Amino acid sequence: MTQLTFARAINAGLRKSLENDSKVVLLGEDIGALGGVFRVTDGLQKDFGTHRVVDTPLAESAIVGTAVGLAYRGYRPVVEIQFDGFIYPAFDQIVSQVAKLHYRTRGAVRMPITIRVPFGGGIGSPEHHSESPEAYFTHTSGLRVVTVANPQDAYTVIQQAIGCDDPVLYFEPKRRYHDKGEVDESVDPRSALPMDKARVLTDGSDVTLVAYGPLVKTALDAASAAADEGISIEVIDLRSLSPVDYEPVVASVRKTGRLVVTHEAAQSGGLGAEVAASITERCFYHLEAAPVRVTGFDIPYPYSKLEMHHLPGLDRILDGVDRALGRPNSLSGLEG
Amino acid sequence: MSTDETGPGGAQTPEIAGNPGGTGPDLLQLITPSGERISHPEFDFWVRDITDDQLCSLFEDMTVIRRIDVEATALQRQGELALWPPLLGQEAAQIGSGRALRADDFVFSSYRENGVAYCRGVDLTDLLRVWRGNASGGWDPYGINMATPQIIIGAQTLHATGYAMGIQNDGADAVAVTYFGDGATSEGDVNEAMVFAASFQAPVVFFCTNNHWAISEPVRLQSHIQLADRATGFGIPNLRVDGNDVLAVMAATRLALDRARRGGGPTFIEAVSYRMGPHTTADDPTRYRDANELEDWAAKDPISRLAGLLDRKGILTADLQEQVKAKADAVASEMRRGCTTMPEPQPMDVFKHVYSTPNSWLERQQDHYARYLASFGDPAGAVSEKGAR
Repeated sequence: MTQLTFARAINAGLRKSLENDSKVVLLGEDIGALGGVFRVTDGLQKDFGTHRVVDTPLAESAIVGTAVGLAYRGYRPVVEIQFDGFIYPAFDQIVSQVAKLHYRTRGAVRMPITIRVPFGGGIGSPEHHSESPEAYFTHTSGLRVVTVANPQDAYTVIQQAIGCDDPVLYFEPKRRYHDKGEVDESVDPRSALPMDKARVLTDGSDVTLVAYGPLVKTALDAASAAADEGISIEVIDLRSLSPVDYEPVVASVRKTGRLVVTHEAAQSGGLGAEVAASITERCFYHLEAAPVRVTGFDIPYPYSKLEMHHLPGLDRILDGVDRALGRPNSLSGLEG
Repeated sequence: MSTDETGPGGAQTPEIAGNPGGTGPDLLQLITPSGERISHPEFDFWVRDITDDQLCSLFEDMTVIRRIDVEATALQRQGELALWPPLLGQEAAQIGSGRALRADDFVFSSYRENGVAYCRGVDLTDLLRVWRGNASGGWDPYGINMATPQIIIGAQTLHATGYAMGIQNDGADAVAVTYFGDGATSEGDVNEAMVFAASFQAPVVFFCTNNHWAISEPVRLQSHIQLADRATGFGIPNLRVDGNDVLAVMAATRLALDRARRGGGPTFIEAVSYRMGPHTTADDPTRYRDANELEDWAAKDPISRLAGLLDRKGILTADLQEQVKAKADAVASEMRRGCTTMPEPQPMDVFKHVYSTPNSWLERQQDHYARYLASFGDPAGAVSEKGAR
């Protein structure tokens, strides 16, 4: 066991994948000599060469589109989108090409492409640097979407994503890049918890709180604060956003009768809506209250001095928990 | 050529440098429209091995793909295909380039390169699967080293460039060839593909068939310079070739392939041709095209041109013509049979190949739909618009 930051853990996972499979190649802007703007690929070009770790021109559609060609040729490309807000120029290549080529070729061509996306806010960046675009991709069949909430997962899930024969969007919670945690580098990703499985992090009886990525830490903090008030929260880290592993959520809600979902992304059409609807379909007679969403607002990501209002923090999550429990809350008395 | 130079909204366009739709004297040509073989100090070299027999074979190829095209268009008109993108007029561009390729080269094309697919050895039933609505992709790309045709304009140029980067990594001497039209050169992806291809000196050939029309948009709306000249800005050498001259196209393609195989990087070929038919069978070109323009181009027909050359050589015999016609008819008849006897896909096939590994969301939907279908006596009744209840 070693203490590693998220960024170093992903770096170690990438290194393992590069070592284990000569078909793994990394592509992206500034990922070589600089080691990426967050240094996630630090030292990899030096050790694996410019043909395995490729500094590309600044063209997101081309980064993903050439990865498609490399996958056609039998490679396993891992591409870095420098920031969440820069993924849109590559949108067509991701949703119309990467996602669909396996279907279009009736299984003849595989697209084992991993698209790494540093996502989410909370680091005081200018616009286009703090977005949560995951719902665009969870809406697209053919893609897998995962995110990580601790360095151990960061290390194993990146390897599982690269080893997966389907394309995977791997969302990295950038405000957690420097958080440290225990990482066992001897873990075999093939025997670790599969990346499409959710994980129950705390045992609780009053409310099920579903979170992923950067908000898992906030959710755990909220559970801890609630415990001081005598409220028992079961926190679930979704890990996979497409597909969502509903079984542990269903089991938890059947026990607690109450569901709160939280994410940084805007509310409308977001993953929280999908989780709330699916759980309502499956657990309607077990629910004691309507599912509650605590999310970012339906606004463009705000300038940094206001971002902490937009991002669900511990208190807004607890307010949502109060709503689920019917306790006094910010919306008490509001009808409709 | 049409003399109409009015731009969008009827405004007079500014003077056009380079005449992007034109067929000026810089155009590489080895056979004149009347079928005369003209020599070229540089490009004769690239077709010096082409025998009379091979010329006859090219004539047969072009005749066959025209016949395939006519048959598929007829199949569409008869309701057997939902749509068809005709290649009429572009036979030399497709056969001249397609026959220059090696088996281990890999093609990333648009939806119109059915003649190139024929050169790659496509099963003709496979050629029609997509257009009949029976499959999303007609063939196994690795079976004929040709990707599933691309509908999104220009997206395939990036795939070819990436594939070429893979060839480079593998130390192989194959080449990725990408086909696209004049309209595609306006797309970001094509421009990004040229940036990447030049940056990495990838072994890729950009084969642009300038057929003058992107549905109803003329090439003069796309570019104020010749399309070939655009490549210069990316540091990619270009060739501008008469796309209705099968020998000239073959010579240019062979040169570009040879350059790529020797590590010389990408080449851009503009094959100046003309789409004699509609964009697809859903299109009506009489609404936007001048009949005189069509007439001008009919005089440059690629097949009559080669026939003219064969005639001058005294090898266009009645026997040859009969033999070629018989082959074309046989191929078309085989294709028609393959089309009309193609088995219908099964309802549960709709779920196949979305993922290569199990996906819990999809498995649940698949399971629910199978139960739903099983609740009907006749599963087909469940998908009738009128319902089965």
